[in-house]
Amino acid sequence: MSFITGVGLTSYGKHEGSSSLDLMSKAADQAVADAGLKRAEIDGILCGYSTVSPHIMLATVFAEHFGIRPSYAHAVQVGGATGLAMTMLAHHLVEAGVVKHVLVVGGENRLTGQSRDASIHALAQVGHPDYEVTLGPTIPAYYGLVASRYMHEYGVTQEDLAEFAVLMRSHALTHPGAQFHDPITVADVMASKPVAMPLKLLDCCPVSDGGAAFVISREPTSEAGVRVRGCAQAHTHQHVTAAPALSELGAEISIAKAKAATGLAISDVRYAAVYDSFTITLAMLLEDLGLAKRGEAASRVRAGHFGRNGEMPLNTHGGLLSYGHCGVGGAMAHLVETHLQMTGRAGDRQVRDASIALLHGDGGVLSSHVSMFLERVR
Amino acid sequence: MSSDLADWTKGEQGIVYQSCSACDKAQYFHRRFCAACGAPDPVQKSASGAGTIYATSLVCRAATPETRAHVPYNIVLVDTPEGFRMMAHGDSDLAIGDRVTARYQPFAGRLVPYFTKAK
Repeated sequence: MSFITGVGLTSYGKHEGSSSLDLMSKAADQAVADAGLKRAEIDGILCGYSTVSPHIMLATVFAEHFGIRPSYAHAVQVGGATGLAMTMLAHHLVEAGVVKHVLVVGGENRLTGQSRDASIHALAQVGHPDYEVTLGPTIPAYYGLVASRYMHEYGVTQEDLAEFAVLMRSHALTHPGAQFHDPITVADVMASKPVAMPLKLLDCCPVSDGGAAFVISREPTSEAGVRVRGCAQAHTHQHVTAAPALSELGAEISIAKAKAATGLAISDVRYAAVYDSFTITLAMLLEDLGLAKRGEAASRVRAGHFGRNGEMPLNTHGGLLSYGHCGVGGAMAHLVETHLQMTGRAGDRQVRDASIALLHGDGGVLSSHVSMFLERVR
Repeated sequence: MSSDLADWTKGEQGIVYQSCSACDKAQYFHRRFCAACGAPDPVQKSASGAGTIYATSLVCRAATPETRAHVPYNIVLVDTPEGFRMMAHGDSDLAIGDRVTARYQPFAGRLVPYFTKAK
């Protein structure tokens, strides 16, 4: 068994003058303190990557900077799925008895450390260097392609997609750490600048500075235990040109494997934390995971299903779309928020019951998927 | 492996794909083996340039000065009768399901395949 014993999260947005290591350290410090541990008790480190400060050994760079000497350390790179992939690995490492406490950390000064153009350009390189990148696509364009097809096959409209941006913004309004605090409407999303049609500016997550961290341990370190019940991955392709049909994408494969591994069903889930780099990402993943029927996720948003007081509260911190996206740390904020909800520490955002949570991460262009169930144990 | 077929990724007016002589599968990204069955040395072939639009995205915000000069430009995924899917550029009014044919057009210092509606 493994438990998430501590979490840490900075605000997202601008952290002028903070390096990637600064942001990682700040979140890590919070997570270690939250777990009630001393730094010396951390014997494993997993970290993501920084596009601003790339390094071939970021985990040991971080360990030295943070001041610990772990017996296990390396970086992990699975794009947006990195945070949950690291959590899955940490879970297996502590279950296998390799280490007792793994510090999982991600952080990057992606907004102030480089230009927005540099970030967009760096991210577009997930495309094929010869057959895609030469055509000038951007990450929004890769997802814009997927969106056009999904809308075509399932009758989803741009107004439907806009609902997800409005929902995430409404959740961010009550989180002081979120990058955006101005309410938006469907009309605002529709009127926002075109980026890569059908995606407009407010369909896209922002570029942010920020950091997030958690500690995964073999035993709980406090009374409120959050256990990793089980998890699974699926990787079907890297490049959008080589992606399978919409009905054969990895989210459906990973959730099926995670359900089989845990014996849990979607009807057991009380809180959902789902990757939302773009509105289309969230719409598709909700439907792929079975949290809404095909083509019906937007109508569930309109009915309040995914709201704080709804049947399936979703990304109550505001998600990547409105809390912000600093790279690897981006989707780690989803897990931090889930942990706060499961341990009754979400304050104004607290939901009634978060006893079982489903988390899902996506890397590349729906290329890499990690599904994970967390369970509260007392 | 190497061939004299015109290939847009080398600045020439043509689309090259590979066909496996063992399993008959077509693949677009070149390799020295068939990704479906692992057989070596798939045969290089020239595509007809015909296709059907699978997906589109009109790029209105580009990230480099070279690409920004072309904004807006339509990125399309095209399914070919030869059995592979490719990314290219195309007319801005193309819709999913449209039958298209390729020509070639300069973009950001290169020659890229550009699809228009088939006559």
